[in-house]
Amino acid sequence: MTRIDRTFQRLSKEGKKAFVAYIMAGDPSPEISAELLCGLPAAGVDIIELGLPFTDPMADGLTIQRAGQRALAAGMTLKKTLDMARHFRKIDQETPIVFMGYYNPIYSHGVEKFLKDAKDAGIDGLIIVDLPPEEDEELCIPAQVAGLNFIRLATPTTDNLRLITVLTNTSGFVYYVSITGITGSEEAQSDDVEPEVARIKAGTDLPVVVGFGINTPDAAKKIASIADGAVVGSAIIKELSRGKSVAEVLEFVASLAEGVHDA
Amino acid sequence: MPNELFNSFMTGPDERGRFGNFGGRFVSETLMPLILELEKQYEIAKTDLNFWDEMNELWTNYVGRPSPLYLAKRLTNELGGAKVYMKRDELNHTGAHKINNVLGQIILARRMGKNRIIAETGAGQHGVATATVCAKFGLKCIVYMGAHDVERQAPNVFRMRLLGAEVVPVTSGRGTLKDAMNDALRDWVTNVRDTFYCIGTVAGPHPYPAMVRDFQSIIGKEVKEQMQLNEGRSPDTLIAAIGGGSNAMGLFYPFLDDDDVNIVGVEAGGKGVNQKMEHCASLTGGRAGVLHGNRTYLLQDDDGQILEGFSISAGLDYPGIGPEHAWLHDIGRAKYVSITDEQALEAFQLCCELEGIIPALEPSHALAYVMKIAPKLDKNHIICMNMCGRGDKDIFTVAKHLNFDMSEVC
Ligand SMILES: Cc1ncc(COP(=O)(O)O)c(C=O)c1O
Repeated sequence: MTRIDRTFQRLSKEGKKAFVAYIMAGDPSPEISAELLCGLPAAGVDIIELGLPFTDPMADGLTIQRAGQRALAAGMTLKKTLDMARHFRKIDQETPIVFMGYYNPIYSHGVEKFLKDAKDAGIDGLIIVDLPPEEDEELCIPAQVAGLNFIRLATPTTDNLRLITVLTNTSGFVYYVSITGITGSEEAQSDDVEPEVARIKAGTDLPVVVGFGINTPDAAKKIASIADGAVVGSAIIKELSRGKSVAEVLEFVASLAEGVHDA
Repeated sequence: MPNELFNSFMTGPDERGRFGNFGGRFVSETLMPLILELEKQYEIAKTDLNFWDEMNELWTNYVGRPSPLYLAKRLTNELGGAKVYMKRDELNHTGAHKINNVLGQIILARRMGKNRIIAETGAGQHGVATATVCAKFGLKCIVYMGAHDVERQAPNVFRMRLLGAEVVPVTSGRGTLKDAMNDALRDWVTNVRDTFYCIGTVAGPHPYPAMVRDFQSIIGKEVKEQMQLNEGRSPDTLIAAIGGGSNAMGLFYPFLDDDDVNIVGVEAGGKGVNQKMEHCASLTGGRAGVLHGNRTYLLQDDDGQILEGFSISAGLDYPGIGPEHAWLHDIGRAKYVSITDEQALEAFQLCCELEGIIPALEPSHALAYVMKIAPKLDKNHIICMNMCGRGDKDIFTVAKHLNFDMSEVC
């Protein structure tokens, strides 16, 4: 059982939904980002998605694009992101960290070396946007062998037949992308999302977490009430990019967590 | 002739869209069902005579194919060696090879019932070709173009607007072709139901590299026939410039199994491949990586972050290269070289003065390599270079580099 499995088990016992927060590693600087990361569990975050900065984030809107650019400009690298996670793991052994990003920096690092380094750093899972099931041999299968969860995205364009393919080799949880679009888009409609979550749940026992287009505590609550959890990313990064202090951003994160845990 | 014993270079890609280890389908799940559907529809169209009838009719009467194969006599004499032929794809409607591919994709889009077309463009030639064919068929057209390229290829921006297309300047990154492609992909992910993404080169996820190559192969097929008529034999050396590699793949592909034909791709050397980053020679100066849906050679740093290239030519200013070229490079079937901005500008001027042809800056790179090797070759050696675009779009850029003040002309 992985740290992610244990987290969902705990939440299920408590009758709570999972609050998943996404931040970009190194944004706006490695130091501030590390401080924010370490404050997330106390703010009520159940699972952390740590964004790996990449020059060409094809599935991300302006907010996350700019966060990645700020991180890279501040000298963030995959190595430093691994160090940041390792540091976090020393002070928190419970909260799962999922790396979310694009394949090239990992491919460039070397898949085998990356999996070993990630495992050593206490990383629990991977969401790699540009690795669909068709490319499972690249990273998904080696990652599972190495004991890391590979969390797949299901989307509104994933039809029932394809869903079988998408759910194979998925572990930890399933991430349902609530809209066709990029991160930071307009509000996801819970009426549209509800039947989709049911459709996915019919095909798997894994928890289904919904993300993309969730921007407020209210929206997070609504979505969480019809799924096993909700992800918020761009809205948190926006607060940070407005120059708010880490404490202020964590206050906003806590309000989102409260919304989800109330659901 | 290919048979079971003969190891053909023309059978790629495999069913996973791979040329050796290159290519593939590295896209988000949202796009995956779309490219699978595109692959299916393309496979059907490819063997449908009606599809090719429609293509041929438009190639003949709208584009003006076949394009001539022209013996550049004064250039040949000046260089004093190999015989230099030019494949005149700059005479196509809209002034470049790009329309060969656009026609194919737009006819396919119509068969698939898609009425909103998006495209990325660097030099603007692919954007203009897409806007043109969309105007002809009454389709909505949105072209993503890097803000830096909007500036240096202003005439093409105006042409696209005249043709009714919406041109979206892209400010992320350094504002060139790579960034335009990112934003086109973001548009596609958002507008999945009605939108067809018309990619302008032999890159992107499978089936694009193979599909674009197939449409551009008309160039090489014509050269094969025309050279037979002119010389009674095949050319000895093929030379083409490479941005993503579509005009080059179009010329090379029909000759891949003719092992007596030398194949040379010319990458943009910018200020020189030794100088860090200030070039776009992905094969000479890059290494394997994954970007824009495929694995190929990329300009990147030690952390796997993509670097911005540099070239005087907007059409060659791309940090990657089509996966089939990456494969041809690795197995040694084709050779890849680079030419600097300065050498390309020199070739540009020589071509104007000796042949009365104003070439685009992209094929000027190919021509510069011709100038480099032709003098050393035998008079019986036949070179065919791809004159894949005309230079109207580049006159402002060239004027600037030659310190010619346009405002003082009148
Ligand atoms: C005239 C011309 N040649 C070449 C290119 C480069 O593209 P490719 O390498 O796909 O032929 C362009 C691209 O805009 C172009 O306009």
